[in-house]
This record gives sequence, structure tokens and C-alpha cells, in this order.
Amino acid sequence: MSQIFHPSTNTISRVSIFAVVLTVAFAGWIAAALDRSAIVTRKNVILEQPVPFSHDHHVGEIGIDCRYCHTSVETSAFAGLPPTSTCMNCHNELFKDSPMLEPVRESFRSGQPIEWTRVNDVPDFVYFNHSIHVAKGIGCTSCHGKINKMPITWKAESLKMEWCLACHRDPAQQVRPREEVFNVNWDPSSITDVRRAELIDEYNIQSKTSCSTCHR
Amino acid sequence: MANNDTTTDTPIESTSKVDLTGPKYWRSLEELVDSDAFQEEVTREFPRLAIPLAGGVDRRRFLQLMGASMALGGAAACTRQPLEKIVPYVRQPEQRIPGRPDFYATAATLGGYAAGILIESHEGRPTKVEGNPEHPASLGAVDLRTQASVLDLYDPDRSQTLTHLGRIRTWESFVDALSTNLGAQASTGGAGLRILTGSITSPSLAAQLASTLERFPQAKWYQYESATRRSATLGASVAAGQPAEVHYALADADVLLSLDADFLTQGPGSVRYAKDFGRRRKAFDSKVEMNRLYCLESAPTNTGSIADHRLSRTPAQIEKLALALAAKLGVAGASAAASSNLDDAAKHWIDVVAKDLQSHRGRCAVLAGDQMSPELHTLVVGINQQLGNLGSTVHLTEPIAARPADDLADLRALVKELEGGQVQVLMMFGVNPVYDAPADLDFASALQNPTTTFKVHHGARADETAPYCQWHIPATHYLEAWGDARAFDGTTTLQQPLIEPLYGAKSAHEVLAVVLGTPGIPGADLVHDHWIGQLGSEKAWRRAVHDGVIAGSAARALTVAGINSGSAATAIASRPLPSGLELAIRPDPTVWDGRFANNGWLQECPKPISKLTWDNALLISPRTAAAQNLQSGDLVRIESGDRTLEMAVHVQPGHADGVVTAHLGYGRTRAGRVGNELGFDVGSLRTSDTFWGAPVTLTKVGTGYPLASTQEHFSMENRHLVREASVEHYREHPHFAHEVAHEFGPEMSMFPPHPYEGNAWGMAINLSACTGCNACVVACQSENNIAVVGKEQVIAGREMHWLRIDQYFTGEDFGDVEGMVNLPVPCQQCENAPCELVCPVAATVHSDEGLNDMVYNRCVGTRYCSNNCPYKVRRFNFFKYQDFVTPSLKLQRNPDVTVRFRGVMEKCTYCVQRISQARIAAGREDRAVLDGDVVTACQQACPTEAIAFGNINDPEAEVTRWKQQDLNYSLLSDLNTRPRTTYLARINNPNPALEDHA
Repeated sequence: MSQIFHPSTNTISRVSIFAVVLTVAFAGWIAAALDRSAIVTRKNVILEQPVPFSHDHHVGEIGIDCRYCHTSVETSAFAGLPPTSTCMNCHNELFKDSPMLEPVRESFRSGQPIEWTRVNDVPDFVYFNHSIHVAKGIGCTSCHGKINKMPITWKAESLKMEWCLACHRDPAQQVRPREEVFNVNWDPSSITDVRRAELIDEYNIQSKTSCSTCHR
Repeated sequence: MANNDTTTDTPIESTSKVDLTGPKYWRSLEELVDSDAFQEEVTREFPRLAIPLAGGVDRRRFLQLMGASMALGGAAACTRQPLEKIVPYVRQPEQRIPGRPDFYATAATLGGYAAGILIESHEGRPTKVEGNPEHPASLGAVDLRTQASVLDLYDPDRSQTLTHLGRIRTWESFVDALSTNLGAQASTGGAGLRILTGSITSPSLAAQLASTLERFPQAKWYQYESATRRSATLGASVAAGQPAEVHYALADADVLLSLDADFLTQGPGSVRYAKDFGRRRKAFDSKVEMNRLYCLESAPTNTGSIADHRLSRTPAQIEKLALALAAKLGVAGASAAASSNLDDAAKHWIDVVAKDLQSHRGRCAVLAGDQMSPELHTLVVGINQQLGNLGSTVHLTEPIAARPADDLADLRALVKELEGGQVQVLMMFGVNPVYDAPADLDFASALQNPTTTFKVHHGARADETAPYCQWHIPATHYLEAWGDARAFDGTTTLQQPLIEPLYGAKSAHEVLAVVLGTPGIPGADLVHDHWIGQLGSEKAWRRAVHDGVIAGSAARALTVAGINSGSAATAIASRPLPSGLELAIRPDPTVWDGRFANNGWLQECPKPISKLTWDNALLISPRTAAAQNLQSGDLVRIESGDRTLEMAVHVQPGHADGVVTAHLGYGRTRAGRVGNELGFDVGSLRTSDTFWGAPVTLTKVGTGYPLASTQEHFSMENRHLVREASVEHYREHPHFAHEVAHEFGPEMSMFPPHPYEGNAWGMAINLSACTGCNACVVACQSENNIAVVGKEQVIAGREMHWLRIDQYFTGEDFGDVEGMVNLPVPCQQCENAPCELVCPVAATVHSDEGLNDMVYNRCVGTRYCSNNCPYKVRRFNFFKYQDFVTPSLKLQRNPDVTVRFRGVMEKCTYCVQRISQARIAAGREDRAVLDGDVVTACQQACPTEAIAFGNINDPEAEVTRWKQQDLNYSLLSDLNTRPRTTYLARINNPNPALEDHA
């Protein structure tokens, strides 16, 4: 009886085993890379907004405090997005004819809110709370990046769970004195690791990594 | 936990061989006799799991589908998060903090009486009902119907448009039409105008109605409630010789006797009564002297389940026993001959009760059920007076209703006038007489008399009555309108709206304003203007709205010359005891008179004791069922006079022989998509003469009606789950709860112990106080966005309630139930949790505060955890049970809790969202979480304060104090799961004089 398989089949089968493993591994690597890429996370991606609001101008140049607009950041899970009336506090005097601000004026006239596109958005099964982070000495820029240099707002971090956990496992990385929390120009190198460890104690910061800390 | 007498080297017994000595607790007939079917049931994780696939899928096709599912399952998870809009206010309301709920005081009414509540509101969306701690009828707790009423607000089946002959019309066109028709009435003084409402206690609405009657002096205002308290008010009025009403102050009552009164869960004062009662059921607290409850009842109720002594008799026998009691106590007109035809056991029972009551003069109370006769109520006032209770535990006050009325007389008069052609304009507010009027009055035919040319139906939904009326005006939900109402003790409770009417509905106030010729005044002004005069200042009004109550508005106590109960005693004495079978008609424990029929939470809430869902079955005692050759699921024809009804039977242990009980509220045809065509319309048997009962005969006509009772679901195979003792036994053997089952020391684990440096959450449940009222079950459902699954799925054992209340019976024989015990079972949050070890994806893990976290977004639905859970507290979303589509239902959900999807396991989390909120609030203020900062939804709702929750690392915490008691035990301690949820064994306070006899 003649052989069913040609001797070269041995090689082909060996190669194909490795090829399959490699292909699967490669596909996995691609998937992981894709998942962490800006395509999925939208990190550093600029989203279209109804009004091209510039933190660069309002925070960086004028120096308005974060809490002037984000009023509930110290008291609520949600930092708060300013109502149209907050914009109009200044813009009924300044740039009051600017076409860029027409949607703001229109909203104020009609009572219809401005629909912004959400930039920093965690999934619905994640319950992030601003107030506790602020109270424990985590600054705005720790998550929102150099917001004072953003002519239009983008997401500065991936907001992936591994990113959250990096700090939750070692909060000392990001802690700063409470009085510096809203200081967008604060320099992390201005305090030593010893001081960071002191702050962790002083503010009674726990490394909360239980699932129910964020998921419920 | 103290367990000195246990050793760790005892071999672990297999659970099936656990010694079951001691009193036997059982849940059903099948369990009592340990039938094969029952064994089959308990040995399967999800009974009847294999519901055949639709369309007869064969194995090959099934494998193909599974293969495809596996291949594509992962791909489906790879979605990119969609872009979302974020929409701020234009002008943000002052003091509102986005992301934090606000609480407002308001009032919910049932049968006219107010429940004082707080509503949790998320950015203007009312989501959850809680009790108002400052309200005398609530003291912070809330019953299950009020708890569920928030769902009615968002019910998509509510009527959404004003209609005339089924066509959409504007409010203005209705105002024009009504004004024209009323104009025609003006010449006759409104002789052809009739108004039919439910029972009204609202002072402002009553003032409007009074003005209406001034404007149209010949018009008439009638009131009708299907689940009326007519007997109670009529009875009290006869006793007092003037319009009167009775309520109780049970905090001071040492001995209580219930005469077929489910006073702990039914009636306007039930929440307060339960509070006062529950506070006297803490046997472990040396400062508390336990009260004693005797309960005479026909069908087993929540009140009966917590009673120290319970006797099942028919309503007619109960009346005779009351008369015998009255005779013993020397109430005028009651003769000792009354008890001649009663059985000896009952006679002895009532003798002992009479002695006990007599020795607690002024510190006891006798209560009669709202469905008993007016004469019994009169007699009970006489008994309470004889016992010196009037003024101490029993309060006789002016009536709470704005105009005390006899519902039946009112309705009879109206029907007569309708038939006689005397009515041209009929306005009905919040009533549904076509469905719930007594069948002999034939309200539907009366409505069709052509002389009644203008009929208006004002109701929340286009119900059975609406098609008979030309006009249907959508009524506001209580969360959409201003109003007021009085509580059981008369306290005026203000009802402030939390949201604009969702569908442009109008309140009764606003419709009546049209009748008064002043259309267009907003309801807010109508109520405000009514009160501002009486309160004196805007400041006082604002204070009252804030508090929810008008201070000092409780009903005035009556001073009566004497109590006239002699005629009532004679009337009861002259009533013959029925020789045959009696039917008792009762409001349903969940859907009441049918008004909550479209409320999925209430439909799926297992009814007390029977644990039926989605149905009303004819409850029958095991002995009577055997005599009639009936079993659960059989269909019988009930004949009462010339009326018949075919109905399914449910054999109910603990039910009295010689009587069958049927609940109202089912058989509805126009309730909505949830409530239509469920159960049986008991109202069709009900006539104005046989309002709460009638002699009946039963004929078996069929079998196999599927009843969705959860009684046997999630069985833990009775392994010393329930532990109880008398208070005397407890004083002598304080350690009794630990003598039955094996316990382990904390060191008995292969895993290193979890360190808890901060908080360690724990719960304790006092079984001495749990009445099984289900308030916690619905509170949990409301707080945690728990889905409703429907009757078929309940039958398959797939109900989603995170907290269930197991019902146990004691007694050697199925027909003679000696006692009942309610065992609430949420997730036990085990220290050595069996679920955590088997999850392949770590979707259930231990938290640093001791919870068994359930991570929905990780769960892949293997169900291993549920299989390994000995307490059977995990619930699996077999299908997409949640409604992700209906917009109004989305508004109801608690935004702090994830809405779970198909294929995900879920369970009690100790309301982890509330824990997080409290922890964060404490963190913001740089302090520790204090005892009382975290209140779980079940704990908050519990009317008897049977649940304690808190940080067990805190030695001062209430829960720690409870857990230090000797009574504290854990379920299935022999499995060494070391649950965080523990139970305080039930302590009863029986009368030794009755113990001997039994």
C-alpha cells in the first residue's frame, strides 16, 4: 500500500502547528494593543463640540478656578457641568456678539440646554466619585492632564481599569497637598516621596481595590 | 459568636444525615411527607430548568447554535464605548447638587388614608419611597404597597390622553363641555349631578366638595371603596353614639388579641402598629418587656405568623368567641350562653385569653379586622372599654374621613338614582365601580341608562369603568400633584409633587375647580390657598410642606357618655353559625382591591404565607380540602346563591376548617398589560349583602391549574434553619440556639483569614419581630433595580428577588399548624464563601470590608456560584428580564445600581451603593463611618425594626450588640461558611395556661 501522506507533510504539520500558535498569539496581541489604543480609548482624541470651549483660555490664560464651573466636584460623584447661566455670567458682557458663542446665547434664550459630547466617560457599570478623590488630595490634573493647555478638551488618560488600579494600588503616586488640588500648574516634583507618604497617613488614604469600590 | 461546646475535630456530617431532632419545621405538604417529587425538586439547582426550546430544536442543531454562540460570544463583547451626550441645566435650581439625590416629604394614600413618606429624587426623578421619620403613621418605615407605588407613576399603561368617546380631546374642550352641562344643572340646583369618589380624608378636597354642594344644593356626593373600612367606622360610631373612629397605641399594650385582624400589615395604621409592636419583641433587650399576641383568624396572615398563640376558626366562630369573651368580661348585653355551640378547645382558649386580658387592664388591646361585621367592631369597643383600654391603648376619636359614609348605602343609592333616571351628570373620581362594585348592584347596566348623558371618569388608567363614560380624564399620580390627606390618627399629611405630570394629567382638585366654575387654577394654589388661612403664615406653610405633616392636627379624642355595645352583642348572639362551608372575601395582600393590579413588583411579590404570585387562588385548609377531595391546582366551581365562579384552589396549611378565603383584585380586564387576565374575579361572587363572605358550595371541575407559588423554591432542606423558644425557656437556657447544630471556630479554614482593618459589614435579623410583611422585599426590588420575570418564569423558579422570606410551619400534622416562622434570607455574605471559590472569572470576590462582591461586568454566567451556594440566594438572569426599551421605566431606576443584563448572576450586596455613599461622605469629612450612617433598603423599610446593619468591628454598633446575644446564630453553621448575616432566634411569649392544654 502506498503512503497516504508525502514525507513533506511532516514539515508542513510542524510548521502549521507553530503558525497556528503564532497567529493566535499575534491576534491576541493585536486585540490587546487595539484595546489600549486611542481607537478604543479615545485618549488624546479631539471630539466635536457644539461650542469650541477652551480650557486653555479660561483656565490657563484667565485663571478661573475649576470650581467656578464644576461646582459639585467637592460634594458629589459628579463634578458638575456648568449651566448655561454660568457661561452667561461673563458672556453677556464679553464677546457677546461672537458667532462662536451663538449656541450659548441661543440656549439661554430658548431654555434648551447645550448638548456637549462627553469627553471623560467611564462605562455605566463604573461608579466614579469626584468628591472623595478631591478630598483625599488627588488633583484635577492627575486624571484630566494639562487641562490648562487644552484649547479644546480631550481625554488625557485612557480611563481603563488598569490605569485606575495603578493609582489605587499605590495612591502615593498621585497624592498632593489638599490646597494644591485645584492648582493646574502644580509640579509633582515639588514634594518628596517622604512627604507623599506623610500625606497618605494624614489624609487616611486607603488603597481601595475591592471590586465594589467602583462596581455595584 | 460563643461556641464553647463545639470542637473542631468532629467529623463533618453529610447534610442529609444531619440529626433533625427537636421541633420539626416544614414548608409544604410535600416536604412534610418528604415525597419523591420534593426530593427531585431540592436536588436540582434550578428546578424545571430544562424548559424545552421552542420549535423542537434537535441535538445537532443545538450544538451548531452553541458553537456559533461560543465563536461569536467574544466578538460581541468587543464594542467600542458609544459617545454619550452630557446635558447641563440652562439655569440650575438652587441648592441642587447634580449626582446627589434629594429627599422630599409627601403623602401616599390608600383608601383615603395617608402614609407619610419621603421620596428619593434623582435630578427630578422620584425613584424610591421611604418612610417619613417625623410622621406618626410611619416613624420612618413603609409598607409594601406604598413602597411599590412609585412604579405606578412610570407605568406605561397609565392613560396618557384625555378622551371623549375614545377620541383624543383637549383639556379645554372638556372644560367647555363640563361647564355647559353644569350650566344646565344650575337651574335645578344640581339635582341631576352626582359625584362618586373613593373614601376622602383630604381636607382641601373635602372643602372643594362642600363648595360644590353649596353651589349645587341638590347634587349629591357619594363615596365607595371596595376594600372599605366601613365596618370599623360604623361599628365605632354605633358604640360612641356619634360618628367616631378607633385607632390604637400599641406601644403600651402588654397583651393583644386580634379578631381576624391583620393589623400589622393591613389598614391605615399598620406601619405604626408594627413599629410599636416590634419594639416590644426584643427579648434580648433587658429593658424591653415582651408583649403577648393572641390571634384568632380564618386565613393565616402576617399577624398570625408572629402571634404567640394562634387559633384558626371561621369568621362566624370568631364573632361568637368575641361574644364569649365579652360575656366573660361582663360587657353589657353579652350573655354567657353565647358560647354554647363552640368547641371546647376554642372555649378554653378564649377563657385563658380573657383572664390574661383582665390581668392587664388598661394595658391591653383587642382589635377586630376591617372585614368583620360592624357589630363585632361595636362589641370590641365595648370590650376595650370594659378592660379600661379606652384612652390608654385604644383611642376613640372623631372620624378621620371628611364625611363618614356607609359605602354600601351610598352605592345602592347611586345605582337606584341612575336606574331611576335622576342623574344627568355623573363624575367619578379615582373609582372603578364597574369592576369592584357588588355584583348584585350591576353598576355597568345602571351606567348605561340613557338619561345619564354626561359621564366623566377621572382615573389613572382607562379601566373597566372608563369605556362606560364619555369622558376619561387621566388622573395624576400622587407624586405629580399637590394634595393632602389624613393619616390613621388624623394627622394631616401634605402631598407635594416631585415631578410635573408625565402625561398632562389633572388632579381631582383641578377637575373640581372646573365644577366650581374656576377652571385653570393650578392644584398647587388650590391646596396652598386652603391651608394658608389656617396655618397663618407662608413660613408655617413652608414648614408643613417640608415636614410633610401639619403639627398638632391629630384627630380630637371623643368624650362619650357611655359605650353602647349591647345591641351589637344581641345581634351577634342571634346570628346562627353557618352549617356549611363559608367563603371569606378579603382584599389581596399585595394588589389590594385591584388598584395595584398592573404593578409588576406587587404581582411578583410572594403573598404572605401562601407565597403565591401572579394569582389569587381559593385558600382552603388541608382538612377541608381532603373532605372535598381537592388539592392545590384543582379548579372548583364556587356557588354562592345564584352566582358562580370557577377558581383554582390552593391548599393552605394554617387555614381554618369550614371556611375558604378568596382575595379581591384579580380577574381584571382593563388594568394594563401586566394585570389583565390574571387570576379570578372574586368580585363576581360578591353582593352587597355578602360583602365580605357568604355560604358557598364547591364542586371540583378540573385540575392542573398552574399556580406560581414560591413556597418550595430555594429550599435549604431544613437543617435547623429556624430556632425558637419561649421567653421562659430562653431565660433558663440562654444558649439554646446553639445546642442544635454543629459550629466551627474561626480558625477552621484552609485559607488565611481575611484581615478587616476598617469596616466589616454585618447584618442581624431578629426573628422575634419579623412578620413576613414583604416590605423589605419590595424595598430591595426598588432600591436595586431588580427585574420582574412573570408567572411562567416564577414557576420555573427564576424569580429575581434578592431577599426572600421563607415560611416555615410547625406542628406534627399538615392540618394542624401550631406555629409559623418567617425567615428572611438575603445573601449571607459568608466569610468562607463557597461561591467565591468556584467562579472561574473572579466575578464574585471578597471585598476588604467583608462583602462577597458581585461584579456584573465580569460575570460570564457559568452559574457555578449559584450551584455552590448552600443558601440559594443567587439569582441568574436567564433572559433579558429588564425592560431596556420603555422610556418611562428607565426613569424609575436607581442610577446608583447597575441594571443587569441577560446571562449575569446577581444577588444581595448589602446595598453596597449605600455603603459607598456613606464611606465617601465620611471620607470627605475625614471621619470614620458612624453607626447608622449605612441603612440598607430592607432595614429602612422594616416596620418592626427586625433588621440591624452596621460595622461589626465597631463594638458600640447596634448590630454588634445584637450579634453578641446568645440568641445569635447563623444558618447552616455546620458548613463553616461563617455568614455575616446572622439571626436572632425567635422568642415567643406564650401563656403557660395555654401551653398545658396544647
